[in-house]
Parts: sequence; C-alpha cells; structure tokens
Amino acid sequence: MLKKLAGAFVPLLAALVAFALGAIMLLAVGADPIEGFRALISGAFGSSDRLAVTAVRATPLLLVGAGITIAFRASVVNIGGEGQIVSGALLAVIAAQAFPDAPPVVLIPLTCLAGLVGGGIWGAIPGALKAYASVNEILSTIMMNLIAIQLMNYLLRGPLIDPLEIEAGTRIPQTERLSDNAALPIIWNGTRLHLGVLIAILAAVMAWVILWRTPLGFRLRAVGHSPDAARAAGIPVKRSIVTALALSGSLSGLAGTILVFGSESQRMVTDGSSAGFTGSAGFNGIVAALFGGLHPLWTIPSSYLFGGLLTGATHLQRVLQVPAALAVALNGIIVVFVVSSGRARVWIERIGNARSQVSTATPEAGHSEDPANLTEAQS
Amino acid sequence: MKTLLKLLTALLTLSLFAAACGSDGGDTAAPSGDALSMAIVAPSASDDLAFTQSMVDAIAALDRDVDLQVTDGTFVVEEAAAAVRGYAEAGVSVIVVHGTQFGGSLAEIAPDFPNTSFLWGTATDTQGLANVFAYYPAADEGGYVNGVMAAALSAAKSIGVVGPVEAGDAVAYIDGFAAGAEAGGAEVSIVYTGSFGDVALAQETAEGHLANGADVMTGSAQMVAGAVTVAAQNGVAWFGTQANQTDFGPSVVVASQVYHWEVVLEEMLALYDAGTLGGTAYEITLENGGLEIEFNDGFDLSDDIRTLGEETIAGIIDGSISTGQ
Amino acid sequence: MEFFELSVLVATIASGIRLSTPYLLAGLGETIGQRSGVLNLGVDGVMMLSAWFAYWTVLEHNNIWLGMLVGLLVGLVMGLIYAFITVTLGAAQGISGIGIFLFGLGFSDLMFQTKVGTPRPLRSTLGEIDIPLLADIPKVGEALFQHHILTYAAFAFVPAVAWFLHKTTLGLNIRAVGENPQAADSLGISVVRTRYLAILIGNTFAGLAGAALVLRGGIFQPNLTQGLGFIAVALVYFGAWRPTGVMAGAILYGLVQASVLKLKILQVIPRSASDIASMAPAIITIVALVIIAGRVKAPAALTKPFSRH
Repeated sequence: MLKKLAGAFVPLLAALVAFALGAIMLLAVGADPIEGFRALISGAFGSSDRLAVTAVRATPLLLVGAGITIAFRASVVNIGGEGQIVSGALLAVIAAQAFPDAPPVVLIPLTCLAGLVGGGIWGAIPGALKAYASVNEILSTIMMNLIAIQLMNYLLRGPLIDPLEIEAGTRIPQTERLSDNAALPIIWNGTRLHLGVLIAILAAVMAWVILWRTPLGFRLRAVGHSPDAARAAGIPVKRSIVTALALSGSLSGLAGTILVFGSESQRMVTDGSSAGFTGSAGFNGIVAALFGGLHPLWTIPSSYLFGGLLTGATHLQRVLQVPAALAVALNGIIVVFVVSSGRARVWIERIGNARSQVSTATPEAGHSEDPANLTEAQS
Repeated sequence: MKTLLKLLTALLTLSLFAAACGSDGGDTAAPSGDALSMAIVAPSASDDLAFTQSMVDAIAALDRDVDLQVTDGTFVVEEAAAAVRGYAEAGVSVIVVHGTQFGGSLAEIAPDFPNTSFLWGTATDTQGLANVFAYYPAADEGGYVNGVMAAALSAAKSIGVVGPVEAGDAVAYIDGFAAGAEAGGAEVSIVYTGSFGDVALAQETAEGHLANGADVMTGSAQMVAGAVTVAAQNGVAWFGTQANQTDFGPSVVVASQVYHWEVVLEEMLALYDAGTLGGTAYEITLENGGLEIEFNDGFDLSDDIRTLGEETIAGIIDGSISTGQ
Repeated sequence: MEFFELSVLVATIASGIRLSTPYLLAGLGETIGQRSGVLNLGVDGVMMLSAWFAYWTVLEHNNIWLGMLVGLLVGLVMGLIYAFITVTLGAAQGISGIGIFLFGLGFSDLMFQTKVGTPRPLRSTLGEIDIPLLADIPKVGEALFQHHILTYAAFAFVPAVAWFLHKTTLGLNIRAVGENPQAADSLGISVVRTRYLAILIGNTFAGLAGAALVLRGGIFQPNLTQGLGFIAVALVYFGAWRPTGVMAGAILYGLVQASVLKLKILQVIPRSASDIASMAPAIITIVALVIIAGRVKAPAALTKPFSRH
C-alpha cells in the first residue's frame, strides 16, 4: 500500500525537486522564484495569445518529432533534423521565388512540397550511406547538419541574398521578402496562430497512418524489429532504410517551409548559424519525440508541452530580466528529472520488493515499442 | 507515453501551485514615473565586450532617466521578433532592435504599433517606415585608421585578420582596415572562420596567421577573444573594434575603435521627445564622435605612429582621406 | 603551390593536432562508456561545465594544475549523476544525455554571466612543452613534439585505453557487459558496478577535454564547445569503438580543419568560397568512412538499460 502511494508520489516529488533546483538558480541571480514559475506557466498557456505562440513554437518540434518516430520504428536514428529543416526551407524559398504570382492555393502546397522534397533529400543521403556503405547514421546525420549550415550561409549570402542587402551594404544572410501568396494565413484572428499549426498536426496523423495502416509502414516496422527476418520475408531492407530516413527528413523539411512562411519577416534569415533560423527545433524535436514515447500521435501533446516549456522560459526571461541561459539550464533540469522520475518509481518499488524478499518477475523489454531502444525499457 | 504523463503531471502540479500563490505577476514591467521606458533586443550577451555591450553601455551613458529592459542572447531571429512585439504590446516607448537580421521582422511589426518608436541597427535605411530610426557605424573609418597604424607598426608588412561570417559591420570594418593597411604598404590576409562563436577556430586562425609571418592582427565578433589571447601569448600587436578590447590583452592591444552610440541616440531621442518617431538614418563617424579610436596606454606605441593615426583620423574627418568604401 | 611548402605543411600538421586534442579526449571517454553499453549524448554539456569551472578556478587562483583537477572532478561528478540516472534508474539514455547537454549549456552560461560577465583572459595557460631530442628533429619535431601536455596526454591515452580495454579485468568486464549483460551477470560480473565505472571514467575524460579547451585557449565563452561533444560522439562510430580508430578520426577532422584555415590564410581559398570550404571536415569525414568502412558491429547492448530477472 505504501509502495503504491510512493509510486504515485514520486513523479510529483521529482517535479518539485526539479523546480526547487530551478528556484535556487533564480534566487542566486536575485529573482523571485514564485514570480518565475508564474511567468513560466502564464507565458506558455496564460492567454489566447500565449497559447498561439506556444502552438507556433511547438509546430516544428512536432514535425521533427513525428519524422523521428518514423525513423526509429525502422531502427534508424535521425539526429539530422537541423540540416533537414534548413534544406527544406532553402528549396521552399526557391519555389516561392520561382512562382511568386501563383495564387496561394497553389503556392502554399508548392512550398510545402518543396520543403518535403528538400528535407527528404537531406535525409535520404545518410539513409543511402547507411544502407549501401555501412556508414553509421548518427555520424552521417551529425555531419550533414554541419554541411547544411555552410550551404545555407553560402546561398543566403550569395545567390539567394536580398538585393536590398547588397544595396544597403550590410550583407546579412537573408532572402528578399517573399511573395505574400506563400504566406501561411492566420487561422485564429488576433493571434499569430497560422495554418502551419494544422499542417503539422495533420502530418503527425499521416505519420501514424503510414506506419500502422500502410504496407510501407509495415515494411519499415518489420525492418526495425528484425532486419534478418524482414529480409527473409522478402522485404527490401536497404531501400526501406533509405525510405525511413527520407520520410523522416521530409517532415523536418516541411518544418523548414513553415518556419519561413509563418515567420514575421516572410523571408529566410539567420545570423550565420542554423539555430538562428531553426531555434534548435531539429534538436528539441528529438526531446519531443522521446517524451512522446516515439509514437507519432503522442508526439502531439508532448511537443505542445515541451513547446510550452520553451515559450514559458522565454517569457520568464523577459519578465524577470534574468539571463536567457537560466531558462536553458532549467529546461535541462526538467528533462532530466522527468525522464528519471518514471524510473525512480520502479526503482523504489524494486527496493521495496527486495526488502520483502519477493522477487519481481520483470521480463526484459522486447523490441516491441522501441527498436532503437532510446526510451525506457518497460519493466 | 509514461514519460509524457509524468511531464503532464509535473506541469499540472506547477500550474496549481502557481495559481494558488497570489495574483498574476503580469507581463513586462510597466514604465514607472518620468523615466523613458526603453527596451533592447540583442543577439548576444550584454557584456560580451562587443556588439551588444556597446549598445547597453551607450544607453547607460545617456543623460536622462531610462527605465531599461533587456532581452539578450536572441540569436534566433523569430525569438527576437517575438521579443520586439512583446515589448511593443507592453507599452514600451522606445525599442532598440539591435541586430541587422531583425530588420525583416521589424518591417512587419512596426506598422502595428504606430505610437512606438523603433531604433534599428546596424542599418542604413529605415525601410520607409515612419516610426523606425536606423543607426549604422561607419566602421570602415576606424578600420582604415587601424589599418594605417597596423601597417606602420608591422615590420614584416604582413597582417592577419580574423573574421567570423562575412556579414554586417564586420565586413565594413575589415574592408576599411584592409584599405588602410594596403595604403600603408602591408599585405593583409583576411580569413572568415565561418562561425561567430567558435573560439578554438579563431585561435587556430590566429596561430595560422602568425605562422604565415603576420606580426600584427585584428578581427571582430564574439569569438575574437580567442584570437586576442593568441596575440597576447605571442606578443603580437592587436587592433580592436566595437568596444575597448584592452582587457583581452592589456600588453598587446594597441587601439580599439569604440562605438559610442549615445551620440546618435541622443539625436534620435530628441526627435522622439518632439514627436517624431522615426524616418531618419544615422551614422556614427569619427567626425561626430560616435566612433572613437581609444588607445591603450599600456602599449608602448611610438609617437610617430600615434601621430600618423591621429593625422589619419583628422584626414578622414575633413574629407581629405577616403577609405574607399 | 605555397601550401605544399614543407614549412607550411609542418605548421598545418601542428595546428591539426592541436585542434584534434579535445575531440580525441572526449572521444576516448565516450568509447569506454559505449563499450559498456551506455550512450552519452551529454558529453558537450559536461565539457562546457568542466571548462567553466576550470576557467573560474584559474581566474581566481591562477593555478593551471588546480584548474585541470577541477575539470576532472566536474567530469567525475557529472559521470556519477549520469550513471545514477541511466544505470540505477535505467532511464532512457538518449534523452537523459540531451537533458545533461541542455543543463550544461545553460548552467555554464549562467554562471559565466553572473560571476564573470565580460570575458577575461587567463593569466597563465598551458604552454608548449618541447620533448627533449625529439623536438629538435627538423620539421617533424615542430609538427609533432612541440605541443602542450594535454595533447601529449591525449595521444598517450590511446594505447593506454586500448590496453585497458583488452588487458585489464575491468576492461574485459566493460566489454562483456556491453556485448551481453545477461551473460556477464550470470558469470558474476556486477553489471551495475562495471557500467558505473565505465561512465565515471568516460565522463572524467570529457571533463579533461573541457579543461583542455579552456586551459590552452585561456578564455571562456558561452557555448564554448560549439557542438564539439556531438562530433566526438560521431567519431566513436567512425572509429568503430576502437581507440586507434577514434584517434584516426580525430586527427582527420583536426587536420582538415587546419588545412582549410591554412588555405584561407594563403588566399588559395577565396572569400567567395569560404562557406563551401568550411564544409570540408564534415564531407571528408563521411567520405573517409565510406572508403574504409567494413561491417562493424556496435556493442550489442548499447543503449539498452539492464535489468536482472
């Protein structure tokens, strides 16, 4: 009985400890922790405006995360979100510049398609490298990120640069203001909530449909479970690996399109780093996917929660005038504690069991949910 | 999924906790009293001894009461845009948008807040917006002066430049510097490392310049601290820009081109007081005192070279010397 | 072409070796951890934390060795924390690592801004140590034997780690636990204890890598590592979990970086091609792996938490 209570209590305790650590940090820089956490929550969910900001912030996380779940189901790890977002965005920019006068009903799908293709290519390359050259995808996707940053800088300061920038002599890496016909329309008047939010949710649902309702998805999951068994069953393993990474990349590429055409400035602009454009979505999307248990549909609430955390942290920074770095550290603490707390409960239970001399028969996790085993084992 | 539920529990707990504790903390602080309510949105840290610090120091140097809020570290353009919009919505009177890359977003935001004045830099035109002022450093001027002195100082007539990404006022400074140095008969090797923040890469670049025979160096951006350290370790003279960089290398920094934004800030704010919220672009130059070459007294600079520097400054001010930019 | 002049090549090689040092140190540590079956994506964060504390120590006390010790200790402490989370609690390794990364990034930045603010250079830094006799060999001596102590240490660690993994009991246990923890457990090897030790050692290396960055450069900046830790993790895969392989990867990466810089300095690479040239280290790493990759197998239990049943 006590065990059960302890079980329910632990996540709460973990959350409180995480926030206590955060409070200590806030106090150390002279800020009021209560104010801080109020700002964190109200900044994320406190008003319709704030909810819209959270939704917009969560959107690229959701897309990247959903893409990652597809890759993981095929037992492939995709850390290349940043690069895939950038390449998708670049191709979308080119598409918008090629057909600026096309009506929105044509241009918006076109830019989305361009994003899917651009990101898909950037994902297919590491996929092919893994399938046909045995190059580990963790390495190749990390390297592809680095390459994408330089490609982005080259294009944005060169062929794609805003002509006004050259005139002004400032040469910031940005494109010209892109066609209004490609702008994602606002769907909730008075806020910044745009169509991209819906597109992302749709894409996550599509990811689920692909994985569990199509032959392609079945093949990907089979390869994820056991490449040897899949091969024996006649499934083209190498092609499936490429497909998995390509699909994963294309969703990130779509995030790139949405980042450009949902932005304030209606252009692709950065300070010279990829994070300056993506806001590290390629990276935070991994967290969202993992929090969602690597399931596309669960990634929806998890990306919204994590997006809320990020948005709230920005708000906290502004309200309390503390360095932005504190918010980053706080995010890290919360991630660590949340992921630990689930396990802490099991740990306490196990200790309790050991003391009462009863061995808990806990079967080792099969490969059922998480072939790449990046989430917790079910025990 | 279990983890998700944990996260959900955690946040719900917190909401209840926060809701139970008193009233809404409110959004950004409302302006108080007679002080002018201002805000800065900037891409790097407030005390980086470079781009952002120059603006923070300038506002502190203003001869008026300012109620200042700062959002720094916003190198993500959309986040900066959100911060600008947030301050405008909270009723801040004058918002300093300190980053050229934020201009596109500003063009969309400014029209929504016709009663707010936006100061945007570094930029040379206001994009036709009535409530936007622009400010820009004629960084090539100080660059030229530094270049002339560097060439005179360099025995080998070989100078190394460490730059970040080829964008913004870094380019103006470096191009002006190269012009001045070449006018002084030196060869200049310019390397853009490709990153604003990679200190190790900046250090290796500096080492590489030294191996290549350079005996004077300069550079710009946040990562420059690394390059200056290499200069200090090797006793090689360094010229700085954006802020007084003497602290990075007290024994090797010869002079720094310091930005005194307050010179043009005063003018912009005077117009603001009189009811004009924007429409003019300002430049800080050697002439109006917005740019100043601050010499490091700890460096043993020969009088000849110092005079050469001061004459170059005078020449640029009266127009007899052109930096070619 | 000037680049192929001997003196230029020598300087480039020396520069490449300097650049490769932190990659090598961090990579060796990650190799040990991964061999025991634990992936640590938080290396970058650990490096930033150890770099910050080492920097702060030397700033206050002007003692490099103390700074190095502090860096090691920070690595040790973070290793303890990470081991507790992933081994005792069995939490997901990928996400725990990212949490540690975020925490390290933010916390070191925060402490730097509150305690120091404007970056101040260290008064003493790691100087070059010439190895007697060897350093005097013309050209070769310049390239290889005039480095600072942590560079020498990093390369000395390569055979040391290889020997450790293959010739010591703990090393054998680590490898066993990484391949088949069930079997190791039934043989009486404590999986928990072994993994704890592997993670502690691995993170201590990461701590040393962070200290190396700061004690050599003499300055600290927020996000000092710029993703170096992640590249080090990638290099473990490049090196097929062998210390010599990781060394090859680190040297390759550092040499390419150094060559690109040198070519830019010599103006061989024009400014217009500067960005494209900066892609070189990443592209060449991939190409190299394509050329040399055989079928390498990861430690079979990598990323799988162990539970006895």
